[in-house]
Amino acid sequence: MSFHPPMEYAPTRFHKSERELAEPGGGFTYTPENQAKFDANVKRYPADQRKSAILYALYLAQNQQGYLTAAAMRHVAQQIGCTAAEVEDVVSYYTMFFTKPVGTYVLNVCRTLSCALRGAERVTEELIATLGIKPGETDPTGTFTLLEVECLGACDRAPVVMVNDDWHERLDPDQVRVLVDAIRARGRAAFSGCHLHKEKM
Amino acid sequence: MAYEPSLTKYVGEPNSYTLDFYLKHQRGYEGLRKALTVKPDDIIEQVKASGLRGRGGAGFPTGMKWQFVLKETPKPRYICCNADESEPGTFKDHVLMERNPHLLIEGCAISCYAIGAKVAYIYIRGEFHHVQEILEAEIEKAYRAGYLGRNVLGGGFDCDVYVHRGAGAYEAGEETALIESLEGKRAQPRIKPPFPASAGLYQCPTAVNNVETLCNVPLIVLNGPEWFVGIGPEKNGGPKLFCVSGHVKKPGVYEASMHTTLRELIYGHAGGMLDDRPLKAMIPGGSSVPLLLPDQLDTPVSFDHIQKAGSLLGSAGLIVLDDTVCMVWLAMNLLHFYRHESCGKCTPCREGCDWLFKLLARLEAGEGRSKDLDLLSGVSNNIIGKTLCAFGDAAATPVLSTMKLFRGEYEAHVREGRCTLPAGWRATHPTLVAH
Ligand SMILES: Cc1cc2nc3c(=O)[nH]c(=O)nc-3n(C[C@H](O)[C@H](O)[C@H](O)COP(=O)(O)O)c2cc1C
Ligand code: FES
Repeated sequence: MSFHPPMEYAPTRFHKSERELAEPGGGFTYTPENQAKFDANVKRYPADQRKSAILYALYLAQNQQGYLTAAAMRHVAQQIGCTAAEVEDVVSYYTMFFTKPVGTYVLNVCRTLSCALRGAERVTEELIATLGIKPGETDPTGTFTLLEVECLGACDRAPVVMVNDDWHERLDPDQVRVLVDAIRARGRAAFSGCHLHKEKM
Repeated sequence: MAYEPSLTKYVGEPNSYTLDFYLKHQRGYEGLRKALTVKPDDIIEQVKASGLRGRGGAGFPTGMKWQFVLKETPKPRYICCNADESEPGTFKDHVLMERNPHLLIEGCAISCYAIGAKVAYIYIRGEFHHVQEILEAEIEKAYRAGYLGRNVLGGGFDCDVYVHRGAGAYEAGEETALIESLEGKRAQPRIKPPFPASAGLYQCPTAVNNVETLCNVPLIVLNGPEWFVGIGPEKNGGPKLFCVSGHVKKPGVYEASMHTTLRELIYGHAGGMLDDRPLKAMIPGGSSVPLLLPDQLDTPVSFDHIQKAGSLLGSAGLIVLDDTVCMVWLAMNLLHFYRHESCGKCTPCREGCDWLFKLLARLEAGEGRSKDLDLLSGVSNNIIGKTLCAFGDAAATPVLSTMKLFRGEYEAHVREGRCTLPAGWRATHPTLVAH
């Protein structure tokens, strides 16, 4: 018998955490191809160190559905053999994982010193004006997401804009406007890529 | 005497990245073949005799680092190649991996042999996706040609090289944070000791080496330590890559000896100042090191000379600043970086970087008070030396260095209530892009 009045546990009004919970998402499993890729990758690490494959596993999930939901993180946890909390711990640390939907094309403008010295702030302003969204936002059609990122390791080709995984270098405001139009018209075919990359052709 | 490049001689050639090209023009894998004929300890001795110093930032002698790697243990040993390349102003490893990947692969194999490791992981930053594709394809070719895998070149030595992709974190470049990240955790530094040489990856003895460092190893084995010592000043031997960015006509990666001066890099290799404007200051070793002034232009770019001049060679990322650069803005720009990249483990760094950025943003917006200057140095000095890794010192340096050399600009911001040097290349509406 207890003399305590009945207590409500974890009522929502006491929940003060500002932490945003991941979107639940529908049931998630890897496609057979991704499962095969994961199974091959995990062999690179000692058998008792499956957790080393976690970033790879998360990239696979993100590429499969565009961003990471709670269901996707649970699936990764199962693959790795760790808890879902451990997966979320990793996801929340690294900047290249998205927990919300992003546009088909993610424009990452480098904003660090060497790029800024060569006009990166003006490039960002041009993109804000052209796309009508601020850094961190996605346009209503879900085509473009604009992000400001830190040094991409290509400061000699400043300013640099990384579109998804492809680099675009030595851009000025006029050129980014042209690039956005070209992506609108031709999609991925408009990507120009890293200049070193092209020399090998 | 003209300098003969050995790391990047062929990077402009269309097929420089292929195995065939490497074998034909760069005496490819001869270093590995030669290494396998001597004892692993002899390789370590050669690298020690060459005086090779780490190219990742700290300039620590590589041979000594390898010697510390624990031998009396049943555990496996590992090489971790640091290809995180995230120090602002640094972009040299990218060129090596993309245009001369076999030099790195050979370097990894010889280093594994030297320390008794069977596996090397190349930890590459997530943004280098296109570089990774090339590197992995070339690794595959090296396996097929028998330079990697079981019984390398019939010498009874097994060696695997794997690329591990990061996912966006500057701190993953710090060696223990890199190991944590490789183990599938947040990239946060460990408490040292134990050092990676005794308990690194999976708590096994590990050597963490930069890409450029490992690329020098085949050259040392092939050409001998004397050749290496002969290039550059005493204790600063060997070929070196310099990354020149900012206000110069031809930004780029330039290979030279460490006899070269800052003046030769800026006005020679990089073609001089952009629009022929006057030079205001230089950051010689990536964003984390103190600034140098134009009267120091004749300093040779060696670890020791730059240190004597009051800065550090760091990652050899030379950022050139002309007279349009506001130093308060510069400190704000860099603290935005450090605030964003602080891993959050040590309180002085996590909280301090945020406050430094806020104070600098307020000054730059013209709302600073004169007390803020003392506050800036107070906060900076409470970060320096009070963190687990060198990130804290790196973050406070741009603030302390600009305040020391350009205090007048800080005072002018307070006095006039505005930025006193708004350059044409900066944002027209600073608030839109400030955060
Ligand atoms: C915050 C921080 C970031 C670092 N980033 C890098 C990096 O991106 N690449 C690198 O090679 N070394 C980096 N380092 C230096 C490494 O900790 C380590 O000294 C280096 O990889 C050792 O290799 P080396 O002896 O060949 O230079 C960083 C250090 C710190 C403190
Ligand atoms: S500052 Fe933009 S790539 Fe380095």
